[in-house]
Amino acid sequence: MIKAKLKPIAEIREMLAPYEKVLILGCGTCVTISFAGGEKEVGLLASSLRIAEAMNGQAKTFAEATVQRQCEWEFLDEVAEQINRADAVLSLACGIGVQALAERYPDKVILPGVNTTFLGMAVEHGVLVERCRACGDCVLGQTAGICPIARCAKNLLNGPCGGSQEGKCEVNPELDCAWQLIYERLERLGMLDRMNLFQPPKDWSKDYDGGPRKIVREDLRL
Amino acid sequence: MKVGSNLEKVLAAGHFAATGELGPPKSADAEVIRKKAGLLRGYVDAVNITDNQTAIVRMSSISVGVMLLQEGLEPTIQMTCRDRNRLAIQADLLGAAALGIPNLLCLTGDHQSFGNHATARGVYDLDSMQLLNMVRAMRDDKQFACGEEISVEPRFFIGAASNPFADPFDFRPQRLANKIAAGADFVQTQLIYNVPKFAEFMKRVVDMGLHEKCYILAGVGPIKSVGMARYMQNNVPGLDVPEDIVARLKGVPKEEVRQEGLKQCAEIIQQCREIPGVAGVHVMAIEWEAAVPQILELAGLLPRPQV
Repeated sequence: MIKAKLKPIAEIREMLAPYEKVLILGCGTCVTISFAGGEKEVGLLASSLRIAEAMNGQAKTFAEATVQRQCEWEFLDEVAEQINRADAVLSLACGIGVQALAERYPDKVILPGVNTTFLGMAVEHGVLVERCRACGDCVLGQTAGICPIARCAKNLLNGPCGGSQEGKCEVNPELDCAWQLIYERLERLGMLDRMNLFQPPKDWSKDYDGGPRKIVREDLRL
Repeated sequence: MKVGSNLEKVLAAGHFAATGELGPPKSADAEVIRKKAGLLRGYVDAVNITDNQTAIVRMSSISVGVMLLQEGLEPTIQMTCRDRNRLAIQADLLGAAALGIPNLLCLTGDHQSFGNHATARGVYDLDSMQLLNMVRAMRDDKQFACGEEISVEPRFFIGAASNPFADPFDFRPQRLANKIAAGADFVQTQLIYNVPKFAEFMKRVVDMGLHEKCYILAGVGPIKSVGMARYMQNNVPGLDVPEDIVARLKGVPKEEVRQEGLKQCAEIIQQCREIPGVAGVHVMAIEWEAAVPQILELAGLLPRPQV
């Protein structure tokens, strides 16, 4: 799922400085699961902002709402009234939600309250890790189900670099070397010969290098 | 005077500048460069060398720039953001300055999807605005992009590109102002075929006083054939080729189209010269370098001033 992280409160306060009536709008899907922008986080952020602004002598109001998904038009329409009452909306959804709001409400100031960080999962409670870069041309079939695009700092496709030490990455010793993991898993699967297959340069045009991407499913269009 | 290159001196002395352009070969053949240099020598104040133009791999701009220096021409190297991150750009610019290249044109670069390596990753670590700002800081503040000091700074006469015909039209003069603020000493425009529209752009530029902060070179180029005119009219983003430009080429016998194209280009130069704020022309005749002396002769811009 999409993982996000709440922006620093100082940055949020600076963004909101020109506005009196602010709606903090959460999203009930990805950012709820990553504890960054769901109903609970909307409440916590609203409380801290109220305290901070009150101490500052500011007469600001912070309304709260959360929709099931900010990336679908129908859910955005449910909060039209609250949005229209606000001077600005602080969205705690990922960048998709922020942009959906901006498109649906062209006359309203929409601001991001979180940094959309990566596509990943919680490997344990409170530890979220990146797993996919949405490169548009999946190589997991060649790499034993471990992605070197998302998990190798150099996006290497032909084995580990010289900086791999005791299974850790030279960029950050807390990170596993993706190619060490690939090697070990191929060994376990009895497929180590895969390590010797030359992978030619990747087709990055299927990633964002080809420009913003779009999928049109003619079979699903109304 | 920032650098004292021939181009800067010509402009500073108030002469109407004329620069050319040279497209490097898709090979390691140095002879091509010598031949093209021979066609331009003495006819232009400086020669732009494209940097993997239209995202097609060619001999590098800096190496061709060094060859031009050896051939007695002043190079303006181009540097795009498409193929290099800030480390590579700064490293290459240190080298280019050490090798004696005096002028630098800073560009974002055509997207790699247009070229012959469409599956390549695009770098775009910086955009042209950030590149201008970085190069200016390297020269004027003796600083790398990271803030570290440069003991011997690379000194370039810094150029930028401006497209008066791209959308949103109303924003274009302001974008030029932003590029000047970022570091541009001179500007080369997109190819001009719609002179009235360019004049309108220049009026706004002059009203903003930008022509006093930066030398503005009007980009021009001869059209070889009716087919090329149509192609540019319909297929090249950001180009504005009015119908009368095409009609004029259609109106002459086929064997005279090229000559008509040269005349048309020379006339556009003369028209641009009348527009307040225009400091010179940049003639882009890629793969038709031989046309440049003829165009400049017709436009009354030869011989070039000695400064």
